[in-house]
Amino acid sequence: MSHLTVDQIKRIDEEAVILRRKKRIKDFLQSAGDHSALIVMSLIFAFPLYMVVIISFMTGGQAETRSFWPSPFIWSNYVDVFTTVPFLKWTLNTLFISVMGTIGTVVSSVPAAYVLSRLQWRGRHTTFIVILGTMMLPGQVTQIPVYIMFAKLGWIPSFLPMIVPSFFASAFSIFLLRQFFTSIPDEISDAARIDGCSEFKLMMRIVIPLAKPAISAIALFAFLGSWNDFFGPLLYLAENPDLYTLGIGLNAFKGDHHTETNLMMTASVLFMLPAIVIFFFSQRVFLEGVTLTGVKG
Amino acid sequence: MLMNGLKATSPFKKKGEVAPPRRKLKVPYLFIFLCLFPWLSGLILFTAYPMISSFYQSFTKFNIINPPEFIGLDNYRRMFFEDEDFMKALKNTIWISVISIPLRICFAIFTAWLLTRPKHGSKIYRTLFFLPSMVPAVAATIVFTFVFNPIYGPINRTLETVGIDNPPYWFLDPNWSKWGLILLGLWGIGDTMIIFLAGLLDVPKSLYEAAELEGASGWQSFRYITLPLLTPVIFFSGVTGVIGSFQYFTQAFVASGQVNDYSKAMYFYATHIYEMAFKTYEMGYASALAWFLLLITLISTLIILKTQKRWVHYPNGSLFK
Repeated sequence: MSHLTVDQIKRIDEEAVILRRKKRIKDFLQSAGDHSALIVMSLIFAFPLYMVVIISFMTGGQAETRSFWPSPFIWSNYVDVFTTVPFLKWTLNTLFISVMGTIGTVVSSVPAAYVLSRLQWRGRHTTFIVILGTMMLPGQVTQIPVYIMFAKLGWIPSFLPMIVPSFFASAFSIFLLRQFFTSIPDEISDAARIDGCSEFKLMMRIVIPLAKPAISAIALFAFLGSWNDFFGPLLYLAENPDLYTLGIGLNAFKGDHHTETNLMMTASVLFMLPAIVIFFFSQRVFLEGVTLTGVKG
Repeated sequence: MLMNGLKATSPFKKKGEVAPPRRKLKVPYLFIFLCLFPWLSGLILFTAYPMISSFYQSFTKFNIINPPEFIGLDNYRRMFFEDEDFMKALKNTIWISVISIPLRICFAIFTAWLLTRPKHGSKIYRTLFFLPSMVPAVAATIVFTFVFNPIYGPINRTLETVGIDNPPYWFLDPNWSKWGLILLGLWGIGDTMIIFLAGLLDVPKSLYEAAELEGASGWQSFRYITLPLLTPVIFFSGVTGVIGSFQYFTQAFVASGQVNDYSKAMYFYATHIYEMAFKTYEMGYASALAWFLLLITLISTLIILKTQKRWVHYPNGSLFK
């Protein structure tokens, strides 16, 4: 093995330092580039949200002057929106439908997903394929007879057509829950069964507590699905103002109240706020749910 | 296997007590039936019966008040030879699918890829990118029709400031309103982006390192490593995109209402079904439209499914394991 002279070692050291410095500069430039691209994209994504929030603090006159900052800065829109339109009623209507719909979806979908994933029985795979099939089926194909059925029951206009079907389980929720239930080891169930635990107890006491993240995910999706729903209320509330939901009310805003842009934006802020707050508090559950199924609600 | 190996002794049993003959674990069919009962009755009430019913109605003249009157294939003939709105809706729907599905996929890949770049802070960006998809469709559409308003909205002011002299009239211009809807869709890319992000993060780092050692350029490693591994996700978004675009309703409906879309530039297939079924109460004809929609959806899905062997790579078998 040849020995390096002191000079050579020095040179190698210097080269290494230069290389390292070069790499650091390169890394820095790259990361600066990445972050600037990300910041530009963030600004684009945030811009409409920024505008709607900002306009909700403007006067009606200023809202239509294409300004980017409120002057004067007013809070009164957040009071006016409750007095000029029955905003509280719309909110309570929407909340009622969403909460009932969520309860219905959870109590009916969890047991179905349980027997599809935790028990071996003939016809299990066929059932699952049928569920996947109904997920793909366009709603329009069944819409008209379902509408006629509700009309015959005298449920139009009312909230019932939006609440009752959720008690008959949703294919999407069953699908998401099944994916999660399957990942719980079978040994847990086997052990409990040997000890004579009934299947119902096993589901309630062991599997459901373990599946809390998945159940909260379907509850969130169900809640937001009803909260954001427009088509159901459009069809079944039959333009009955007492029953308006936020979506329908907001859409009717323009016709009824000669485009008070600032109030419309205030109403929009209040309408989207719960969804955004829910997202912030349960981001992980939420994103995992989306990743697991590929769709949101 | 586990059960056969165990003696029927329970730790809770007293010594000397004779264990009762162990029950064979039976399949609890009653329990299964009860658990599936809500879904099963829903399947019959809200899917099976309505499908049969609407299939029959699609061959009838039916307006709720009078009982359905059988007219054979007349409804289907009417679509192609007498209904101009149908042709318009079909053209608009195909146009927006062809443009927006690939655009959405590219944009989702791009934003997801950007999110994988930084070492720090990607979570904040991810939240910001995802947030718009949480906004209820009605609110999002109302906000968009306002910010893109050529007279009152801030977008065109911004475009004028950066030197674009005659920015389009967006939702007010029949030639541009569909682009407004496409931008609205891209703004809410969040959920599609998240599945692409998951796909990107699944790509083993070692593959990229190996490619770098072999002297592959950034584009090459994207083209030959990332893209093939993303094809299942691309396939999935393609299928759901086609199904979704034929049911595209809320945004188009709200936007048309906001700007009084007389030229019907934002009149899509699902809007047409809605108008026929619940505005003019031509339920028979609307059922025929719905069944034709199902047919188109099935055919396009089958085409994508048939071609998938050629371009979709599954690392561990099928997507639906």
